[in-house]
Amino acid sequence: MISTSSASGPAISLKKVRRSYGTVTAVDDLSLEIAAGSFVALVGLSGSGKSTLLKMINRLVDPTAGEVLIADDNVKAIDPHILRRRIGYVFQNIGLFPHMTISRNIAIGLELAGEKDGRAERVAELLELVELPQEMAGRMPHQLSGGQQQRVGVARALATRPGLMLMDEPFGALDPVTRDSLAGQYKALHEKLGLTTIIVTHDMAEALYLADRILVMEAGQIKADATPAELLSGSVGDEAEALVAIPRAQAAHLIALGNADGAKKT
Amino acid sequence: MTEAWQQAFARVPELLAAHVQLSFSALLLAMTLCLPLAIWAARAPKVAGVILGFASLVQTIPALALLALFYPILLGLSALLGGEISALGFLPALLALTLYALLPILRNAVTGLTGVAPAAKQAADGLGMTAVQKLRLVEAPLAAPTIMAGIRTAAVWTIGAATLSTTVGQASLGDLIFAGLQTQNWTLVLTGCFASAGLAVIVDTLLGLIERGIRDRRKLMAWGSAAVIGIGLAIALLPMLVVRDDVVVIGAKGFSEQFILARLIGSRLEDAGYEVRYQDGLGSAVVFQAVASGDIDIYVDYSGTIWTNQMKRTDTVPADDMVSEIAKWSASEHGVTMLGALGFENTYAFAVRPEDAASRRLKTLDDLARVSSDFAFGTDLEFLERPEWEMVKAAYPIRFKESRSFNATFMYPALSSGEVDVISAFSSDGRIAANGFVVLEDRKGAVPSYEAMILVSDDRSGDAKLINAIKPLVGAITVENMREANYKVDREADKRSPRQAARWLDEQIRNGKDQ
Repeated sequence: MISTSSASGPAISLKKVRRSYGTVTAVDDLSLEIAAGSFVALVGLSGSGKSTLLKMINRLVDPTAGEVLIADDNVKAIDPHILRRRIGYVFQNIGLFPHMTISRNIAIGLELAGEKDGRAERVAELLELVELPQEMAGRMPHQLSGGQQQRVGVARALATRPGLMLMDEPFGALDPVTRDSLAGQYKALHEKLGLTTIIVTHDMAEALYLADRILVMEAGQIKADATPAELLSGSVGDEAEALVAIPRAQAAHLIALGNADGAKKT
Repeated sequence: MTEAWQQAFARVPELLAAHVQLSFSALLLAMTLCLPLAIWAARAPKVAGVILGFASLVQTIPALALLALFYPILLGLSALLGGEISALGFLPALLALTLYALLPILRNAVTGLTGVAPAAKQAADGLGMTAVQKLRLVEAPLAAPTIMAGIRTAAVWTIGAATLSTTVGQASLGDLIFAGLQTQNWTLVLTGCFASAGLAVIVDTLLGLIERGIRDRRKLMAWGSAAVIGIGLAIALLPMLVVRDDVVVIGAKGFSEQFILARLIGSRLEDAGYEVRYQDGLGSAVVFQAVASGDIDIYVDYSGTIWTNQMKRTDTVPADDMVSEIAKWSASEHGVTMLGALGFENTYAFAVRPEDAASRRLKTLDDLARVSSDFAFGTDLEFLERPEWEMVKAAYPIRFKESRSFNATFMYPALSSGEVDVISAFSSDGRIAANGFVVLEDRKGAVPSYEAMILVSDDRSGDAKLINAIKPLVGAITVENMREANYKVDREADKRSPRQAARWLDEQIRNGKDQ
């Protein structure tokens, strides 16, 4: 029962998936294969369709056309709430239930699944996993900082041992320091648990740091599909290069500042 | 003074229990209706618009009018369903109050449910909650404080408006207020007001504590307050469990003479071993239907009223013929027994101030017609709508400068203070003589005769013991005694309660028999 490395993330397959809202097409005939255990980042500007794409995987949004397969199962054939209980979902606004203790928030997935035994142990294990002190279990969400709340959000998503994690700008509302440490810790969890993770972000630096594969979306389509190394080498194309240019310029600026400062001191 | 308070307080427990029963039932029914509607409305904005629109519309109808409206509606329904529905008492009061309680509960519930943080709802969906789980685990608990606030508002409104249910014959703390207003017994009015206001404040406080308990997640506070409310309800509902099947219900319209006569009949029945309950303040139109349907067992009405209002007759016949025709009609059409006339008449009497009578030479209604364009007319609340007024206008060319309706209690002071110049007084009212008002003669006989008579419902007319107990009252009350009894209740100083006046009247009857 107590095991954190048993989960093995499934492969995901999208076949000619399209989603329209009236005349607006958010995702446009998109096909994509995601290998089991990979960490994929979806980047792109607001309105590029990355969130819609993510939500079609756990059926928070149903595609207008096309198919979504998780480990060869067509998601259309699965009851949405059953499907979602097997998939971890973390999003920017966290959405902890303000009237429940942290412990009940984390265990809510187990409650929904009707698992009665070992809830307290699982909560303790998850708190440890997301590096929160055990005494948090009895607190209410409003007593926690934003970073602590999102740790709880991650713990809640992991409670039912999903193989697949969908993260929609999970660290977007956090301060840079918290964000950096949480991202790093999540990356370690991803590896330790053998998850398949798809993360939506518009922070290219975060994508470069976390993911082993980066998909650049624009107008409902994938404009670039590359590893971080390929993106940084500039061999992928102009759209990707434009996105990478910003963190690269920032990094160069910081290095230059450091050098200038160093020069003054010597 | 202390006796007046004691008498008023003595009626509080029973009326308070009835008040609580009614308000609680209405609130419970409103909640049962509203909560599913609110859940639906919270998911469909168009539905919300329609439902809230309807509830708001209901709210614009005055509570009193809403109560009055249910009487004809239920009467119609009852006719359709073979007379199984009682159009008076608990049911119309319950329905009107329920409608009145809808808006605050609905509005708050919809606000509460639509106001649940989108992030919490998104998380619920993302975690794989079904719609029912989402409602139970997330939406309902988060909306609960707002919903509770709506229930609290509705409770206070309902308790307040329930005092008006007296007018459709449902017992409530309003009985004290209405009876007190009619007889100028301010002790009674104050007792009714304080009791209903006190009830509202207590319920509001307790519901407020529950609301706070939910909001701050203090279970002890919420459950403790709920327990106090539960105990209060249990005490109020207890009397319903006690079966009282042989209570004789005596009806009365909303003025002193009716209260006194009801008590007089009641005391005779109590002497004969019956348990008696009074239903005071029934409207003229309502009260006959009530005895016909068996909602009340006995009451006193006036021949002219039945003649014009119920039989729709506009001709005038000699008083004795009228009484016997009414007896035949009521028995054949409604199964109501006319037991007999009490011996006095209470007709509409046009009364003026003695100074005016002297200076403008007023003796008859013809004289009144002559000066009517200078005169302001004061009436009770129903006279202007009654056929008798049409009959008077048809017989005499009367056109008043203006007409104003008063609660009967205030009609006499309005005449003496000069606010109006002529009133449609009641001939058996002691305040005519006490004020020295001059009654104008109806020489053309436009106003029918108003012999007071006892009417008994079909259910009770076969009860020989009951009939024998009240039969001696027939023909036993002189108009002088009735005036005196009325005046004891209506006068400003040294007031008596209707029960005391009835006791005095009973003594006069027994002395009269002895002599």
